[in-house]
Amino acid sequence: MADIAFLLLIFFLAATTMDSDTGLLRQLPEIPDPNVPQDVNQINDRNILEVKVNKDNLLLVEGELTEFSQLRDITSRFIVNADDLPDMPEKEIVNLPYFGDVPVSKAVISLQNDIGTKYGVYIAVQNELIAARAKLRDDLAKQEFGIAYERLDEERKGAVDDFFKVPISEAEPKRIGEK
Amino acid sequence: MARFVKTGKKSVKAISTSSLPDIVFMILFFFMAVTTMRETDVMVTVRIPEATEGKVLEKKSLASFIYIGEPLETFQAMYGTEPKIQLNDSFKEIVDIQDFIAQEREQLNEADKTKMLVVLKIDRDTRMGVVTDVKQALRRASALKIMYANTNVDQITLHQ
Repeated sequence: MADIAFLLLIFFLAATTMDSDTGLLRQLPEIPDPNVPQDVNQINDRNILEVKVNKDNLLLVEGELTEFSQLRDITSRFIVNADDLPDMPEKEIVNLPYFGDVPVSKAVISLQNDIGTKYGVYIAVQNELIAARAKLRDDLAKQEFGIAYERLDEERKGAVDDFFKVPISEAEPKRIGEK
Repeated sequence: MARFVKTGKKSVKAISTSSLPDIVFMILFFFMAVTTMRETDVMVTVRIPEATEGKVLEKKSLASFIYIGEPLETFQAMYGTEPKIQLNDSFKEIVDIQDFIAQEREQLNEADKTKMLVVLKIDRDTRMGVVTDVKQALRRASALKIMYANTNVDQITLHQ
């Protein structure tokens, strides 16, 4: 009996893996339909945070060379725009469940990369952007509901998501920086 | 205190092994429950990048995997050292992705087709050019839900 069990055990040890996969979930944009006229309402420039990783893996935020460690701070400051600066995102009064009429930031983050950018660096930057947004959502959840974002129910989560929507868009690729 | 005085000699009995099958079966069931079947042999070197915000892939049955990286040494004579795309068990090109997605989608049942997720397992030294091409191919195949596989860490160290 034990021999058979051992045999099966060894089979399962060899044939299976234990690692669970983790990753950053993203939604790709749909391919724009060439027959449908493009949306002419371009997003106002002040609402866009332009993040770029160039072929030398250097980080540029709004065209300026930036340290990787600062990205998270810059992103959250940009989204919140606490002082209503004119070159930071506009706010729109939106009626949200649980919150009522609140000013919601219209910030959009645009992430660009060159062809020669290393994937690891790209993911690190992507991670910082997601982390900045997640932190804001978490803070808001704690302040409003007193519990962490992760433990909110779907409805409340949705409300918090709408408060800090902040889409992270991956720009249409440009073929630059090719070796 | 006569109770503590040993009388006569004591023989050491062998441990009973009658419960051994039970124990081994217990371990077996543990492994059966915790692990998942290995589905593909990865033929490329994939050193997954690090991140702090990764979410756990919950439904593995909805996921299709795309591997990109340098071919393993045994395949390098045939395929070179440039990053290659691996779908299922073979090296493929960008144009094959659309077919691959269609095929994977076919295997899911009707209700799950919209929930299909493509997991990209890409080596951290890969250039973004090929990644962008794959992303564009996925958009054309309308497989829009993707996951950039990473290992979760507390602090990212950049491998420049």
